[in-house]
This record gives sequence, C-alpha cells and structure tokens, in this order.
Amino acid sequence: MKPPEPVHVIKQRREGLLRTLVDGVPYIQFLGVQFDRRGDELTAVLPFRDDLIGNPRLPALHGGATAAFLEIAAMIELAWSTLWDGVEADGALPEGPLRLPKTIDFTIDYLRAGLPRDAYARARVNRSGRRYASVHVEAWQDNRARLFAQATGHFLMPPVKPE
Amino acid sequence: MSDITTIARQFIQALPHSRALGMQLEAIGEGTATISMPYDARLVGDPATGVLHGGAVSALMDTACGASVMSHPQAGFSTATLDLRIDYMRPATPGQTIRTRAECHHVTRSVAFVRAVATDDDESRPVAMATGAFTVERKG
Repeated sequence: MKPPEPVHVIKQRREGLLRTLVDGVPYIQFLGVQFDRRGDELTAVLPFRDDLIGNPRLPALHGGATAAFLEIAAMIELAWSTLWDGVEADGALPEGPLRLPKTIDFTIDYLRAGLPRDAYARARVNRSGRRYASVHVEAWQDNRARLFAQATGHFLMPPVKPE
Repeated sequence: MSDITTIARQFIQALPHSRALGMQLEAIGEGTATISMPYDARLVGDPATGVLHGGAVSALMDTACGASVMSHPQAGFSTATLDLRIDYMRPATPGQTIRTRAECHHVTRSVAFVRAVATDDDESRPVAMATGAFTVERKG
C-alpha cells in the first residue's frame, strides 16, 4: 500500500490550482475578491472598501459590485470543481493556459441592502455537462442563513481538447 | 434640463463604485439613461483575449437601469434593484467603450420594470441585454 501523501504536497497542489484560476484575472484583483479554501470547499470573500458603495446616503454596496462578486464566485467554483478530479488524480495542473467558462446569462436576486462590511459567497454547481453548466450562488454578510443576494447563472464550458 | 435630471446626473456621477469603474452619464431623460464605460485593462476577465469581465458589464447594466428608474417621472428618486437578469450575447471587443442604454418602460405604485442594451462600437450587434425590476418609493 502506498503511504499517504505528505500534507504540504496536497496543500501546494490545491493552492496552486486555486492561484492559477484566480490570480490571472485582472477584474478579480480590481474588486479585491479572495478565496478561502477548506478541502474542496471555496468561500469567496469581498473585503469592504469605500469604492464598493453605490448609494452613499444609505450607505449600501453597489448592486453592480454585488452582481460582479456573485458572478466571480460562481465562475471560479465551476472551473475549480471541473478541474479538481483531474488535478487530484494526476498530481499536477493541466498543461497549457486554463480557460474559464463563459457566462451565457446571470440572474441576480437582491434580497436586502448590502451593508458596508465584508461579504461572503458560496456557489453550488447544479448541473455540469460537456457544453453547458448551471450554477447557483448565495451571498451573506453577518449571518450565513440571512442571505443578502443570490443568483443563478448558465455558463458555456471551455472546449475540451480533442484526444 | 429639468431639476430631476440635474439631480439624477449629479447623484449618479457621485456613486463611488460607478466612479471607480470610470462610468460616464451620457444622457438622461424621462425614464431613460445612457451610461458609458471606457475600456480599462483592470476590468479584463480573460487575459488571453483582453475581453472585459462580465461582472464589469453587469455593474454598468445595474447603474444604467437604476438611473433610468430615478429619472422616471412616476418612480421617485430613490430606488433599489429587486432583480436583474443579464444575457451575454458576445464578448465585448477589447479596447472599445461599452455603452448601455436603459429604459424604464413600466412603473406601478411599487415596482419599476426596466430593460437595457449594451453595445460597443458595433451598435448593430448588442454585447449584452438586461431586464430588471426595481423598487419604487411610496410618495407622501
């Protein structure tokens, strides 16, 4: 029987995949979205900044910032969950540049005003086929059960290279 | 220009997140708004092609839709997004400004209904379209 992999090797591989997906996208850096990883579970984090405010009189997060945050969380979760099995089996990242899924449509449901503080989001891939995927994402601030926004999106999967 | 459009223009240009994205109000009328967002390398979603991230286009859509509601004579000045659906028809051409024209086409006592189209330099082929529902403040 093979001995279990050293923990630092596992962590390096998984962090490597996450960094490859996230770090190369300028807009994710612009918004300041980070990802917290526990095993294969990702939580997107949007640290509060003054320039995420929409209405300064309330003040509340801009609906557009919320929409972008949810779309990033959904897209990264989809790419992450699609690549996870292969990377775990091969012990290495796939060769060549990684292509992210493309958004076909995205529907955001604003449940309450986003407060001027950090926001969190977790996405669930409800259906992932060869060409299309459907992803649901939920966002909250203080209480996990009190969502301030949720969204569903359909995505076009990047083409798989011919064998 | 009426007072309401002057106030709406000042208000929209003061929104911190819209300013961060470089949005410019080009036109605002009774229930319509046109807002542009110049191409910016920081807003790219796919570094291999230089195409803008969908999230940046969503933020532009939300701002233009909200502005069209604020400018509607029956909707009152304060509004919030209830729901917004965005269809992405094609990637925006890298280097080109995105322009969104939003129209608040129906208002009830409680809800404003909006549709919007985003284009780049080729206005015959929309980049994205949106439909949304927004809150209406009760007057009085």
